Amino acid sequence: MKSLLKLTWVELKLFFREPLTLVFTFALPVVFLLVMGGVFGNKPDTTGMHIYRGVGAVNYYNPAYIALVLASIGIVAMPVHLTAYRERRVLRRFHASSFSVWNIIGSQVLVSFFIAILGSILLTVVSMLVYHSEAPKMWGYLIPAFILGTLCFTSLGVMLGAILPNTRAAQGVGLMLFFVMMILGGAGPPPEVMGTVMRDVGKATPIWYVIRLLQDPWLGFGWNVITSLIVGGITLTATAITVKFFKWD
Amino acid sequence: MVMLTNPVIEVSNLCKTYKSIAAIDDVSFQVHEGEIFGLLGPNGAGKTTTVECLQGLRRRDSGTISVLGLDPEIDASNLKKQIGSQLQESALPDRMKVWEALALFASTGAVAVDWSTLIEQWGLKEKRDAAFGTLSGGQRQRLLIALALVNNPKVVFLDEMTTGLDPAARRVTWDLIKAIRDRGTTVILVTHFMDEAENLCDRIAIMNNGKLAAMDTPQNLINIHANLIRVIFSTERNDIEWLKNIPHVHDFSRHGQRIEVQGDGPVLALVASELVKHGIVPLDLRKEQPSLEDVFLKITGRSVVE
Repeated sequence: MKSLLKLTWVELKLFFREPLTLVFTFALPVVFLLVMGGVFGNKPDTTGMHIYRGVGAVNYYNPAYIALVLASIGIVAMPVHLTAYRERRVLRRFHASSFSVWNIIGSQVLVSFFIAILGSILLTVVSMLVYHSEAPKMWGYLIPAFILGTLCFTSLGVMLGAILPNTRAAQGVGLMLFFVMMILGGAGPPPEVMGTVMRDVGKATPIWYVIRLLQDPWLGFGWNVITSLIVGGITLTATAITVKFFKWD
Repeated sequence: MVMLTNPVIEVSNLCKTYKSIAAIDDVSFQVHEGEIFGLLGPNGAGKTTTVECLQGLRRRDSGTISVLGLDPEIDASNLKKQIGSQLQESALPDRMKVWEALALFASTGAVAVDWSTLIEQWGLKEKRDAAFGTLSGGQRQRLLIALALVNNPKVVFLDEMTTGLDPAARRVTWDLIKAIRDRGTTVILVTHFMDEAENLCDRIAIMNNGKLAAMDTPQNLINIHANLIRVIFSTERNDIEWLKNIPHVHDFSRHGQRIEVQGDGPVLALVASELVKHGIVPLDLRKEQPSLEDVFLKITGRSVVE
């Protein structure tokens, strides 16, 4: 436990020393929120197309970009971090001391939560100050949704870190997945205006479900059991793959 | 030789195969408390694999290992708290600071350790707040050795510890390692530097092709495996076949003007007096004692400098 907390503290500091990661995690979602809010405003759609699930664009995007923060941590930052650890034999060094694989993964999970909470607060404060967006409506559902969403992307990050062969692969795969998810998964143009093919691609990405998982309680739609089961299933599958393929060197 | 202390490491019939190549082939040895035990051998001899098995970083195929009374495969995490490790080719995150690394790894030990002494001993005081990525090769290496000692280990494994260190830093490192041994810590040293092994090690095991080829104190290894003295001088004369008839001379060879006589015991005096009798009075007549390098060459059939 002492090792886990020490490692988490160091990992947290390392996270804040990585400029690219900070841009993706803290700056990019805020910038997108500001741009989308500037373009679409925050008035609910009246055309009858039920765009943005019938709510204002900023209200829609605020939880969506929280999901993007989670994706940035799990898909952009973590795979690169972990593959670099293996490639440069940092993991071996940890392994030679009494750090366990659960210390390594546990510290990543804890760091993810801390960063995710920080990023979400930043995003929500900007959204409320600039566009007077609405506060979350159902906290009792939102908190478990946030925990599940964070675990989902962390497990995907650790999995990519375990299966990708090196840092270059992690950078390439991570960025590609991130942008595909962002644009098609519900954090880009409103899904209601996309063609069916594009929407189906978006539905094949984990962020699609994490966005809905967060939006439902945020916007007062309640809790969708199927969505939460899908997100939970992704988490379990990614964890199982990690356990099978994790290597120290 | 009678050893009064208990063995802290006992290895019996250790075998490890990588893709049908025997990396370790039936190796057995014991290391006693408070000794510096060297594993010497050419690249690919199986030294690193052996210490990795001892530290629980690699699974053996067969044989038994006991380190501090523990099996590294069964009691890995318990064992790792009590041993220190400097791995060949390992690193830390680039942005991790020197003091952060020491504080982090100090937390893995069984007891709390004050790492501020280590930071001074290993010459890292000025680099306390520097990130690992900004350190020179020598500084990195010294930090990695310091990390191996930061949990006050009972046994410490050092794999090619002076790689990347300049000659002065190597000397300092040797002194520090001797001081650690004198405090009762057992040191396992993997090296391919002859001078390092000869200077530091109480006992040396020479490995070759996965097998243990010889094991003894450096002096005994030299006495047993390389007992021939070399007498060297220069001359332009060609009629020197009579050298072979001098008592205690085994053989001689000529490299241009340089003559190398191999012999034992009082060979230097005997050669010198015969040279004078034959009217040869070389200015550079000298004797070379056999060294560990000769032992190594004889046992492995290759020079360390490849």
